[in-house]
Amino acid sequence: MIVDTNVSLSRWPFRRLSGDEPATLVARLRKNNVSQAWAGSFDGVFHKDISAANARLVKDCRAYGQGILLPFGSINPKLPDWQEDLRRCHEEHGMRGIRLHPNYHGYPLQDPVFGELLKLATGRGLVVQLALCMEDERTQHPLMRVPPVDLTTLADLVQAEPRLRLVLSNVYPQLAPAQITPLIPIRNVYFEVSMAERVGAVARLIETFTLERVLFGSHSPFFYFESALFKVKEAGLSEAQTRAVLEENAKRLVSRV
Amino acid sequence: MISRRTLLKSVASSLPLGFSRQGGPSIAATANQPLIWDVHFHLSGVSGETPEERMSQLIRHADRLGVQRFILSLGVTTGVQDPTPAQVREANDQVLKALRPWPDRAFGFVYLNPNYLDFSLSEFDRCIRDGPMVGVKLWVAKRCNASELDPIVERATTMHAPILQHTWLKVGGNDAGESSPFDFVELARRHPQAALICGHTGGDWERGIRIVRSTRNISIEVAGSDPTSGFVEMAVRELGANRVIYGSDAGGRSFASQLAKVTGAEIVASARRLILGENLRRLLTPILKAKGYAV
Repeated sequence: MIVDTNVSLSRWPFRRLSGDEPATLVARLRKNNVSQAWAGSFDGVFHKDISAANARLVKDCRAYGQGILLPFGSINPKLPDWQEDLRRCHEEHGMRGIRLHPNYHGYPLQDPVFGELLKLATGRGLVVQLALCMEDERTQHPLMRVPPVDLTTLADLVQAEPRLRLVLSNVYPQLAPAQITPLIPIRNVYFEVSMAERVGAVARLIETFTLERVLFGSHSPFFYFESALFKVKEAGLSEAQTRAVLEENAKRLVSRV
Repeated sequence: MISRRTLLKSVASSLPLGFSRQGGPSIAATANQPLIWDVHFHLSGVSGETPEERMSQLIRHADRLGVQRFILSLGVTTGVQDPTPAQVREANDQVLKALRPWPDRAFGFVYLNPNYLDFSLSEFDRCIRDGPMVGVKLWVAKRCNASELDPIVERATTMHAPILQHTWLKVGGNDAGESSPFDFVELARRHPQAALICGHTGGDWERGIRIVRSTRNISIEVAGSDPTSGFVEMAVRELGANRVIYGSDAGGRSFASQLAKVTGAEIVASARRLILGENLRRLLTPILKAKGYAV
Protein backbone atom coordinates (compact mmCIF):
# COMPACT_ATOMS: atom_id res chain seq x y z
CA MET A 1 0.00 0.00 0.00
CA ILE A 2 0.98 3.61 -0.47
CA VAL A 3 0.78 6.77 1.63
CA ASP A 4 0.67 9.79 -0.66
CA THR A 5 1.78 12.79 1.39
CA ASN A 6 0.97 15.40 -1.22
CA VAL A 7 -2.44 15.71 -2.81
CA SER A 8 -4.70 18.76 -3.04
CA LEU A 9 -8.45 19.21 -3.27
CA SER A 10 -10.56 21.92 -4.92
CA ARG A 11 -9.60 23.96 -7.98
CA TRP A 12 -6.30 25.28 -9.31
CA PRO A 13 -7.24 28.77 -10.55
CA PHE A 14 -5.41 28.66 -13.87
CA ARG A 15 -6.33 25.25 -15.25
CA ARG A 16 -8.93 22.54 -14.77
CA LEU A 17 -7.22 19.35 -13.70
CA SER A 18 -8.35 15.80 -14.16
CA GLY A 19 -8.97 14.84 -10.55
CA ASP A 20 -9.99 18.23 -9.21
CA GLU A 21 -13.31 16.63 -8.33
CA PRO A 22 -12.62 14.80 -5.06
CA ALA A 23 -14.46 11.64 -6.05
CA THR A 24 -12.33 11.34 -9.18
CA LEU A 25 -9.14 11.92 -7.25
CA VAL A 26 -10.03 9.35 -4.61
CA ALA A 27 -10.92 6.77 -7.25
CA ARG A 28 -7.55 7.29 -8.89
CA LEU A 29 -5.69 7.04 -5.60
CA ARG A 30 -7.49 3.85 -4.64
CA LYS A 31 -6.83 2.32 -8.04
CA ASN A 32 -3.14 2.94 -7.41
CA ASN A 33 -3.14 1.26 -4.00
CA VAL A 34 -3.05 4.47 -2.00
CA SER A 35 -4.33 3.70 1.49
CA GLN A 36 -3.80 7.19 2.91
CA ALA A 37 -3.38 10.59 1.28
CA TRP A 38 -2.45 13.81 3.07
CA ALA A 39 -4.80 16.30 1.47
CA GLY A 40 -4.28 20.03 1.34
CA SER A 41 -6.40 22.47 -0.58
CA PHE A 42 -5.72 24.77 -3.51
CA ASP A 43 -8.15 27.15 -1.80
CA GLY A 44 -5.74 27.28 1.10
CA VAL A 45 -3.13 28.72 -1.23
CA PHE A 46 -5.27 31.53 -2.58
CA HIS A 47 -8.24 32.28 -0.35
CA LYS A 48 -8.28 34.89 2.42
CA ASP A 49 -11.14 33.14 4.22
CA ILE A 50 -8.86 30.26 5.00
CA SER A 51 -11.05 29.10 7.89
CA ALA A 52 -13.78 28.28 5.39
CA ALA A 53 -11.27 26.64 3.06
CA ASN A 54 -10.10 24.37 5.87
CA ALA A 55 -13.66 23.53 6.90
CA ARG A 56 -14.53 22.61 3.29
CA LEU A 57 -11.41 20.48 3.10
CA VAL A 58 -12.49 18.52 6.16
CA LYS A 59 -16.01 18.15 4.82
CA ASP A 60 -14.82 16.91 1.42
CA CYS A 61 -12.35 14.48 2.97
CA ARG A 62 -15.22 13.00 4.99
CA ALA A 63 -17.72 13.01 2.13
CA TYR A 64 -15.51 11.63 -0.61
CA GLY A 65 -12.41 10.25 1.07
CA GLN A 66 -13.62 6.69 1.74
CA GLY A 67 -11.35 6.76 4.74
CA ILE A 68 -8.13 7.52 2.90
CA LEU A 69 -8.00 11.33 2.85
CA LEU A 70 -6.28 12.95 5.82
CA PRO A 71 -6.92 16.71 5.80
CA PHE A 72 -3.94 19.02 6.25
CA GLY A 73 -5.24 22.54 6.76
CA SER A 74 -3.55 25.64 5.43
CA ILE A 75 -2.31 28.31 7.76
CA ASN A 76 -1.47 31.81 6.57
CA PRO A 77 0.32 33.60 9.39
CA LYS A 78 -0.04 36.94 7.64
CA LEU A 79 -3.81 36.83 8.11
CA PRO A 80 -5.27 38.43 11.25
CA ASP A 81 -5.88 35.97 14.07
CA TRP A 82 -4.21 33.08 12.25
CA GLN A 83 -3.62 31.43 15.62
CA GLU A 84 -7.36 30.70 15.74
CA ASP A 85 -7.08 28.87 12.39
CA LEU A 86 -4.32 26.75 13.86
CA ARG A 87 -6.41 26.01 16.93
CA ARG A 88 -9.39 24.99 14.81
CA CYS A 89 -7.26 22.73 12.62
CA HIS A 90 -6.03 20.91 15.69
CA GLU A 91 -8.87 21.03 18.19
CA GLU A 92 -12.02 21.20 16.05
CA HIS A 93 -10.96 19.35 12.91
CA GLY A 94 -8.59 16.90 14.60
CA MET A 95 -5.96 17.37 11.91
CA ARG A 96 -2.61 15.63 12.11
CA GLY A 97 -0.76 18.35 10.23
CA ILE A 98 -0.82 21.65 8.41
CA ARG A 99 0.46 22.86 5.06
CA LEU A 100 2.27 26.15 4.55
CA HIS A 101 2.77 28.24 1.40
CA PRO A 102 5.05 31.11 2.46
CA ASN A 103 5.67 32.30 -1.09
CA TYR A 104 1.96 32.57 -1.95
CA HIS A 105 1.14 34.01 1.46
CA GLY A 106 3.82 36.63 1.19
CA TYR A 107 6.39 36.13 3.91
CA PRO A 108 10.02 35.09 3.97
CA LEU A 109 11.13 32.41 6.41
CA GLN A 110 13.11 35.09 8.23
CA ASP A 111 9.83 36.71 9.28
CA PRO A 112 9.45 36.16 13.03
CA VAL A 113 5.87 35.03 12.50
CA PHE A 114 7.13 31.91 10.74
CA GLY A 115 9.20 30.94 13.77
CA GLU A 116 6.19 31.57 15.99
CA LEU A 117 4.01 29.37 13.77
CA LEU A 118 6.55 26.53 13.87
CA LYS A 119 6.68 26.80 17.66
CA LEU A 120 2.90 26.70 18.08
CA ALA A 121 2.47 23.83 15.60
CA THR A 122 5.19 21.87 17.35
CA GLY A 123 3.52 22.50 20.67
CA ARG A 124 0.35 20.96 19.29
CA GLY A 125 2.26 18.01 17.83
CA LEU A 126 1.28 18.80 14.26
CA VAL A 127 3.30 17.71 11.25
CA VAL A 128 4.24 20.80 9.24
CA GLN A 129 4.39 20.58 5.46
CA LEU A 130 6.27 23.38 3.76
CA ALA A 131 5.47 23.58 0.04
CA LEU A 132 8.44 25.20 -1.68
CA CYS A 133 6.43 26.02 -4.79
CA MET A 134 3.38 24.83 -6.69
CA GLU A 135 4.64 24.90 -10.28
CA ASP A 136 7.68 25.67 -12.42
CA GLU A 137 8.41 29.35 -11.99
CA ARG A 138 9.15 29.67 -15.71
CA THR A 139 5.63 28.69 -16.76
CA GLN A 140 3.55 30.68 -14.32
CA HIS A 141 0.78 33.04 -15.36
CA PRO A 142 2.43 36.34 -16.31
CA LEU A 143 0.22 38.28 -13.90
CA MET A 144 0.95 35.97 -10.99
CA ARG A 145 4.62 35.17 -10.78
CA VAL A 146 5.52 33.67 -7.43
CA PRO A 147 9.15 32.73 -6.75
CA PRO A 148 9.79 29.56 -4.75
CA VAL A 149 10.40 29.69 -1.02
CA ASP A 150 13.90 30.81 -0.06
CA LEU A 151 15.21 28.28 2.47
CA THR A 152 18.01 30.45 3.81
CA THR A 153 17.79 30.46 7.64
CA LEU A 154 15.46 27.45 7.74
CA ALA A 155 18.12 25.21 9.25
CA ASP A 156 18.56 27.52 12.23
CA LEU A 157 14.81 27.68 12.83
CA VAL A 158 14.37 23.93 12.68
CA GLN A 159 17.28 23.30 15.01
CA ALA A 160 15.59 25.60 17.50
CA GLU A 161 12.55 23.29 17.48
CA PRO A 162 13.91 19.77 17.89
CA ARG A 163 10.44 18.25 18.36
CA LEU A 164 9.18 19.74 15.08
CA ARG A 165 8.48 17.33 12.21
CA LEU A 166 8.95 19.34 9.03
CA VAL A 167 8.19 17.92 5.59
CA LEU A 168 9.56 19.79 2.59
CA SER A 169 7.25 19.16 -0.34
CA ASN A 170 7.54 20.20 -3.98
CA VAL A 171 11.32 20.33 -3.69
CA TYR A 172 11.81 21.65 -7.20
CA PRO A 173 14.71 20.48 -9.35
CA GLN A 174 16.27 23.92 -9.81
CA LEU A 175 16.73 24.39 -6.05
CA ALA A 176 20.31 25.48 -5.42
CA PRO A 177 22.39 22.99 -3.41
CA ALA A 178 23.39 25.80 -1.04
CA GLN A 179 19.75 26.07 0.00
CA ILE A 180 19.32 22.42 0.82
CA THR A 181 22.76 21.40 2.10
CA PRO A 182 22.36 22.90 5.60
CA LEU A 183 19.24 20.75 6.06
CA ILE A 184 20.95 17.44 5.30
CA PRO A 185 22.14 16.70 8.85
CA ILE A 186 18.91 17.80 10.57
CA ARG A 187 17.04 14.63 11.43
CA ASN A 188 13.56 16.11 11.83
CA VAL A 189 13.38 17.42 8.25
CA TYR A 190 11.75 15.12 5.68
CA PHE A 191 11.69 15.29 1.90
CA GLU A 192 8.82 14.45 -0.44
CA VAL A 193 9.61 13.14 -3.94
CA SER A 194 7.06 14.63 -6.33
CA MET A 195 9.36 17.22 -7.91
CA ALA A 196 12.63 15.33 -7.56
CA GLU A 197 14.28 15.07 -10.96
CA ARG A 198 17.29 13.55 -12.80
CA VAL A 199 17.42 9.84 -13.45
CA GLY A 200 17.21 7.77 -10.31
CA ALA A 201 16.23 10.83 -8.29
CA VAL A 202 14.65 8.96 -5.40
CA ALA A 203 17.78 6.88 -4.88
CA ARG A 204 19.79 10.11 -4.75
CA LEU A 205 17.43 11.54 -2.15
CA ILE A 206 17.91 8.45 -0.02
CA GLU A 207 21.69 8.67 -0.39
CA THR A 208 21.65 12.30 0.63
CA PHE A 209 19.02 12.45 3.35
CA THR A 210 18.83 8.80 4.56
CA LEU A 211 16.05 6.37 3.84
CA GLU A 212 13.74 7.18 6.75
CA ARG A 213 13.46 10.85 5.73
CA VAL A 214 12.18 10.33 2.16
CA LEU A 215 8.41 10.32 1.67
CA PHE A 216 6.25 9.44 -1.30
CA GLY A 217 4.13 12.30 -2.65
CA SER A 218 2.49 12.78 -6.02
CA HIS A 219 1.45 16.46 -6.06
CA SER A 220 -1.69 15.23 -7.77
CA PRO A 221 -3.95 16.21 -9.31
CA PHE A 222 -1.61 19.03 -10.39
CA PHE A 223 0.87 16.39 -11.59
CA TYR A 224 0.06 13.09 -13.17
CA PHE A 225 0.00 10.64 -10.25
CA GLU A 226 2.08 8.12 -12.19
CA SER A 227 5.10 10.41 -12.18
CA ALA A 228 5.97 9.84 -8.53
CA LEU A 229 5.14 6.16 -8.78
CA PHE A 230 7.49 5.66 -11.72
CA LYS A 231 10.22 7.63 -9.95
CA VAL A 232 10.25 5.03 -7.21
CA LYS A 233 10.41 2.25 -9.77
CA GLU A 234 13.15 4.00 -11.73
CA ALA A 235 15.30 4.27 -8.60
CA GLY A 236 15.80 0.50 -8.43
CA LEU A 237 15.23 0.29 -4.69
CA SER A 238 15.16 -2.87 -2.61
CA GLU A 239 11.83 -4.14 -1.29
CA ALA A 240 12.58 -2.74 2.15
CA GLN A 241 13.53 0.66 0.77
CA THR A 242 10.45 0.72 -1.42
CA ARG A 243 8.12 -0.05 1.48
CA ALA A 244 9.80 2.64 3.57
CA VAL A 245 9.40 5.33 0.93
CA LEU A 246 5.94 4.36 -0.24
CA GLU A 247 4.35 3.79 3.12
CA GLU A 248 6.27 3.21 6.33
CA ASN A 249 8.10 6.51 6.69
CA ALA A 250 4.94 8.56 6.33
CA LYS A 251 2.89 6.31 8.60
CA ARG A 252 5.52 6.50 11.29
CA LEU A 253 5.67 10.26 11.00
CA VAL A 254 1.95 10.84 11.28
CA SER A 255 1.41 8.18 13.95
CA ARG A 256 3.61 10.14 16.32
CA VAL A 257 1.12 13.01 16.29
CA MET B 1 -5.54 -3.00 -28.16
CA ILE B 2 -3.54 -2.06 -25.06
CA SER B 3 -5.64 -0.33 -22.43
CA ARG B 4 -4.32 2.32 -20.06
CA ARG B 5 -4.68 -0.15 -17.22
CA THR B 6 -2.67 -2.80 -19.06
CA LEU B 7 -0.01 -0.28 -19.91
CA LEU B 8 0.33 0.91 -16.35
CA LYS B 9 0.59 -2.67 -15.22
CA SER B 10 3.33 -3.36 -17.71
CA VAL B 11 5.32 -0.29 -16.74
CA ALA B 12 4.85 -0.46 -13.00
CA SER B 13 4.43 -4.19 -12.75
CA SER B 14 3.66 -5.87 -9.44
CA LEU B 15 3.52 -2.71 -7.37
CA PRO B 16 4.77 -2.15 -4.83
CA LEU B 17 6.92 -5.15 -4.05
CA GLY B 18 8.09 -5.71 -7.60
CA PHE B 19 10.27 -2.65 -7.31
CA SER B 20 13.20 -4.74 -6.17
CA ARG B 21 13.74 -6.21 -9.61
CA GLN B 22 17.05 -4.77 -10.77
CA GLY B 23 17.14 -6.30 -14.22
CA GLY B 24 15.37 -4.72 -17.16
CA PRO B 25 12.51 -5.93 -19.25
CA SER B 26 12.97 -7.06 -22.80
CA ILE B 27 14.03 -4.21 -25.06
CA ALA B 28 11.55 -5.19 -27.70
CA ALA B 29 7.90 -4.24 -27.67
CA THR B 30 5.64 -7.16 -26.89
CA ALA B 31 1.91 -7.73 -27.07
CA ASN B 32 1.54 -6.31 -23.57
CA GLN B 33 4.32 -3.78 -23.71
CA PRO B 34 4.16 -0.97 -26.22
CA LEU B 35 6.99 0.39 -28.26
CA ILE B 36 8.69 3.12 -26.23
CA TRP B 37 11.23 5.26 -28.04
CA ASP B 38 12.70 8.34 -26.36
CA VAL B 39 13.52 11.23 -28.71
CA HIS B 40 15.35 13.40 -26.18
CA PHE B 41 18.20 11.84 -24.26
CA HIS B 42 21.56 13.17 -23.03
CA LEU B 43 24.61 11.93 -21.16
CA SER B 44 24.05 14.37 -18.30
CA GLY B 45 22.61 13.76 -14.85
CA VAL B 46 24.72 10.73 -14.03
CA SER B 47 28.32 10.23 -13.03
CA GLY B 48 30.80 8.28 -15.10
CA GLU B 49 34.30 8.84 -16.41
CA THR B 50 33.47 7.99 -20.00
CA PRO B 51 30.47 8.42 -22.31
CA GLU B 52 30.14 4.64 -22.34
CA GLU B 53 29.89 4.49 -18.54
CA ARG B 54 27.26 7.19 -18.46
CA MET B 55 25.28 5.52 -21.20
CA SER B 56 25.27 2.23 -19.28
CA GLN B 57 23.95 3.95 -16.17
CA LEU B 58 21.21 5.73 -18.08
CA ILE B 59 20.08 2.61 -19.85
CA ARG B 60 19.97 0.70 -16.58
CA HIS B 61 17.48 3.26 -15.27
CA ALA B 62 15.51 3.30 -18.51
CA ASP B 63 15.19 -0.48 -18.47
CA ARG B 64 13.31 -0.32 -15.20
CA LEU B 65 10.52 1.54 -17.03
CA GLY B 66 10.66 -0.35 -20.29
CA VAL B 67 12.09 2.38 -22.53
CA GLN B 68 13.54 0.55 -25.49
CA ARG B 69 15.29 3.01 -27.78
CA PHE B 70 16.86 6.42 -27.39
CA ILE B 71 17.91 9.39 -29.44
CA LEU B 72 21.12 10.65 -27.91
CA SER B 73 22.54 14.13 -28.46
CA LEU B 74 24.77 16.89 -27.04
CA GLY B 75 27.49 14.85 -25.35
CA VAL B 76 28.67 15.23 -21.79
CA THR B 77 29.43 18.93 -21.75
CA THR B 78 26.05 20.54 -22.30
CA GLY B 79 26.47 23.78 -20.37
CA VAL B 80 28.03 25.95 -23.10
CA GLN B 81 25.32 27.91 -24.85
CA ASP B 82 27.35 28.95 -27.89
CA PRO B 83 29.96 26.21 -28.30
CA THR B 84 32.98 26.50 -30.57
CA PRO B 85 33.39 24.05 -33.44
CA ALA B 86 35.90 22.12 -31.34
CA GLN B 87 33.40 21.82 -28.51
CA VAL B 88 30.62 20.71 -30.86
CA ARG B 89 32.87 18.11 -32.44
CA GLU B 90 33.91 16.85 -29.02
CA ALA B 91 30.27 16.54 -27.97
CA ASN B 92 29.41 14.60 -31.12
CA ASP B 93 32.42 12.33 -30.65
CA GLN B 94 31.20 11.57 -27.14
CA VAL B 95 27.80 10.64 -28.52
CA LEU B 96 29.41 8.39 -31.14
CA LYS B 97 31.38 6.64 -28.40
CA ALA B 98 28.31 6.19 -26.24
CA LEU B 99 26.30 4.76 -29.13
CA ARG B 100 28.85 2.18 -30.20
CA PRO B 101 28.05 -0.53 -27.60
CA TRP B 102 24.30 -0.09 -28.09
CA PRO B 103 23.56 -0.43 -31.80
CA ASP B 104 20.16 -1.99 -31.11
CA ARG B 105 19.13 0.54 -28.48
CA ALA B 106 20.34 4.02 -29.37
CA PHE B 107 20.62 6.39 -32.30
CA GLY B 108 22.35 9.75 -32.44
CA PHE B 109 21.28 13.23 -33.48
CA VAL B 110 24.20 15.43 -34.51
CA TYR B 111 24.60 18.60 -32.45
CA LEU B 112 25.21 21.68 -34.62
CA ASN B 113 25.79 25.37 -33.95
CA PRO B 114 24.35 27.58 -36.72
CA ASN B 115 26.73 30.38 -35.70
CA TYR B 116 29.38 28.27 -37.45
CA LEU B 117 27.50 27.33 -40.58
CA ASP B 118 30.31 25.92 -42.72
CA PHE B 119 31.52 23.82 -39.83
CA SER B 120 27.96 22.70 -39.08
CA LEU B 121 27.45 21.48 -42.63
CA SER B 122 30.70 19.55 -42.59
CA GLU B 123 29.80 18.10 -39.17
CA PHE B 124 26.42 17.09 -40.59
CA ASP B 125 28.22 15.23 -43.36
CA ARG B 126 30.66 13.60 -40.96
CA CYS B 127 28.03 12.36 -38.54
CA ILE B 128 24.96 11.77 -40.71
CA ARG B 129 25.87 11.49 -44.39
CA ASP B 130 29.05 9.53 -43.69
CA GLY B 131 28.35 8.44 -40.12
CA PRO B 132 25.75 6.59 -38.10
CA MET B 133 23.63 9.51 -36.86
CA VAL B 134 20.06 9.95 -38.04
CA GLY B 135 18.95 13.48 -37.16
CA VAL B 136 19.92 16.96 -35.99
CA LYS B 137 19.78 18.54 -32.53
CA LEU B 138 19.80 22.32 -32.24
CA TRP B 139 19.97 23.92 -28.82
CA VAL B 140 20.39 27.54 -27.70
CA ALA B 141 23.27 29.00 -29.70
CA LYS B 142 21.06 30.86 -32.17
CA ARG B 143 17.35 31.50 -32.49
CA CYS B 144 16.04 29.14 -35.10
CA ASN B 145 14.21 31.69 -37.23
CA ALA B 146 17.61 32.90 -38.51
CA SER B 147 18.39 32.37 -42.18
CA GLU B 148 21.63 30.63 -41.26
CA LEU B 149 19.58 27.58 -40.40
CA ASP B 150 18.20 27.21 -43.91
CA PRO B 151 21.13 25.27 -45.42
CA ILE B 152 21.12 22.94 -42.43
CA VAL B 153 17.41 22.25 -42.76
CA GLU B 154 17.72 21.76 -46.51
CA ARG B 155 20.49 19.22 -46.06
CA ALA B 156 18.58 17.41 -43.33
CA THR B 157 15.44 17.31 -45.47
CA THR B 158 17.37 15.79 -48.36
CA MET B 159 18.58 13.04 -46.05
CA HIS B 160 15.15 12.58 -44.36
CA ALA B 161 16.82 13.50 -41.07
CA PRO B 162 14.45 15.00 -38.48
CA ILE B 163 15.50 18.14 -36.60
CA LEU B 164 14.91 18.44 -32.86
CA GLN B 165 14.99 22.09 -31.85
CA HIS B 166 15.01 23.19 -28.20
CA THR B 167 12.26 25.74 -27.56
CA TRP B 168 11.03 27.53 -24.45
CA LEU B 169 8.57 30.25 -23.55
CA LYS B 170 9.90 31.47 -20.22
CA VAL B 171 7.59 33.92 -18.55
CA GLY B 172 10.63 36.00 -17.56
CA GLY B 173 12.04 35.93 -21.10
CA ASN B 174 14.22 33.48 -22.99
CA ASP B 175 18.01 33.57 -23.09
CA ALA B 176 19.66 35.42 -25.98
CA GLY B 177 20.00 32.53 -28.44
CA GLU B 178 17.11 30.50 -27.13
CA SER B 179 14.31 29.75 -29.57
CA SER B 180 10.60 29.96 -28.94
CA PRO B 181 7.94 27.95 -30.77
CA PHE B 182 7.19 31.18 -32.67
CA ASP B 183 10.73 31.08 -34.10
CA PHE B 184 10.32 27.42 -34.95
CA VAL B 185 7.10 28.08 -36.84
CA GLU B 186 8.91 30.70 -38.97
CA LEU B 187 11.55 28.11 -39.84
CA ALA B 188 8.99 25.40 -40.52
CA ARG B 189 7.02 27.58 -42.91
CA ARG B 190 10.16 28.14 -44.99
CA HIS B 191 10.71 24.36 -45.11
CA PRO B 192 7.36 22.62 -45.46
CA GLN B 193 8.96 19.29 -46.37
CA ALA B 194 11.22 19.19 -43.31
CA ALA B 195 10.54 16.83 -40.41
CA LEU B 196 10.64 19.15 -37.42
CA ILE B 197 10.25 18.38 -33.72
CA CYS B 198 9.45 21.19 -31.30
CA GLY B 199 11.57 20.37 -28.25
CA HIS B 200 9.79 20.80 -24.89
CA THR B 201 6.74 22.25 -26.73
CA GLY B 202 8.06 25.55 -25.43
CA GLY B 203 7.82 24.37 -21.81
CA ASP B 204 4.68 26.45 -21.40
CA TRP B 205 2.76 23.82 -23.32
CA GLU B 206 -0.64 25.52 -23.21
CA ARG B 207 0.82 28.28 -25.38
CA GLY B 208 3.32 26.13 -27.26
CA ILE B 209 0.66 23.77 -28.60
CA ARG B 210 -1.41 26.69 -29.90
CA ILE B 211 1.61 28.31 -31.56
CA VAL B 212 2.52 25.25 -33.65
CA ARG B 213 -1.05 24.03 -34.18
CA SER B 214 -1.52 25.20 -37.75
CA THR B 215 2.01 24.30 -38.93
CA ARG B 216 1.53 20.72 -39.93
CA ASN B 217 5.15 19.69 -40.42
CA ILE B 218 5.92 20.38 -36.76
CA SER B 219 5.57 17.58 -34.25
CA ILE B 220 5.94 18.31 -30.58
CA GLU B 221 7.81 16.38 -27.93
CA VAL B 222 6.86 16.34 -24.30
CA ALA B 223 10.30 16.23 -22.64
CA GLY B 224 11.92 18.38 -20.05
CA SER B 225 9.11 20.02 -18.16
CA ASP B 226 7.09 19.20 -15.08
CA PRO B 227 4.56 16.35 -15.46
CA THR B 228 1.64 18.73 -15.29
CA SER B 229 -1.76 17.12 -15.76
CA GLY B 230 -3.47 17.87 -19.02
CA PHE B 231 -0.42 18.38 -21.24
CA VAL B 232 -0.79 15.32 -23.42
CA GLU B 233 -4.60 15.47 -23.43
CA MET B 234 -4.46 19.00 -24.87
CA ALA B 235 -1.77 18.04 -27.36
CA VAL B 236 -3.83 15.14 -28.68
CA ARG B 237 -6.98 17.25 -28.80
CA GLU B 238 -5.39 20.16 -30.65
CA LEU B 239 -2.71 18.53 -32.82
CA GLY B 240 -3.80 14.92 -33.18
CA ALA B 241 -1.88 12.06 -31.61
CA ASN B 242 0.27 11.58 -34.69
CA ARG B 243 2.07 14.87 -34.01
CA VAL B 244 3.01 14.13 -30.40
CA ILE B 245 6.24 12.33 -29.46
CA TYR B 246 7.51 11.03 -26.13
CA GLY B 247 10.89 12.24 -24.94
CA SER B 248 12.45 12.52 -21.50
CA ASP B 249 15.41 14.94 -21.51
CA ALA B 250 17.11 12.37 -19.27
CA GLY B 251 19.45 12.40 -17.44
CA GLY B 252 18.60 15.96 -16.39
CA ARG B 253 15.00 14.81 -16.04
CA SER B 254 13.79 11.39 -15.03
CA PHE B 255 12.31 8.93 -17.47
CA ALA B 256 9.58 8.54 -14.89
CA SER B 257 8.12 12.03 -14.84
CA GLN B 258 8.10 12.36 -18.60
CA LEU B 259 6.73 8.90 -19.29
CA ALA B 260 3.95 9.61 -16.81
CA LYS B 261 2.72 12.46 -19.00
CA VAL B 262 1.78 9.86 -21.60
CA THR B 263 0.84 6.87 -19.48
CA GLY B 264 -1.16 9.03 -17.07
CA ALA B 265 -3.02 10.93 -19.76
CA GLU B 266 -6.67 10.23 -20.40
CA ILE B 267 -6.35 9.38 -24.07
CA VAL B 268 -7.28 6.36 -26.12
CA ALA B 269 -4.89 3.43 -26.29
CA SER B 270 -4.11 3.92 -29.96
CA ALA B 271 -3.05 7.52 -29.31
CA ARG B 272 -0.83 6.41 -26.45
CA ARG B 273 0.94 3.90 -28.66
CA LEU B 274 1.60 6.52 -31.30
CA ILE B 275 3.08 8.94 -28.78
CA LEU B 276 5.21 6.43 -26.91
CA GLY B 277 7.02 5.12 -29.94
CA GLU B 278 5.20 4.65 -33.19
CA ASN B 279 5.35 8.29 -34.28
CA LEU B 280 9.09 8.50 -33.79
CA ARG B 281 9.65 5.21 -35.53
CA ARG B 282 7.57 6.44 -38.47
CA LEU B 283 9.51 9.71 -38.62
CA LEU B 284 12.84 7.91 -38.56
CA THR B 285 11.98 4.99 -40.82
CA PRO B 286 13.19 6.56 -44.11
CA ILE B 287 16.64 7.41 -42.80
CA LEU B 288 16.96 4.24 -40.76
CA LYS B 289 16.17 2.15 -43.81
CA ALA B 290 18.54 4.19 -45.95
CA LYS B 291 21.30 3.50 -43.46
CA GLY B 292 20.47 -0.18 -43.19
CA TYR B 293 19.21 -0.15 -39.61
CA ALA B 294 16.59 -2.68 -38.60
CA VAL B 295 13.31 -0.83 -38.03
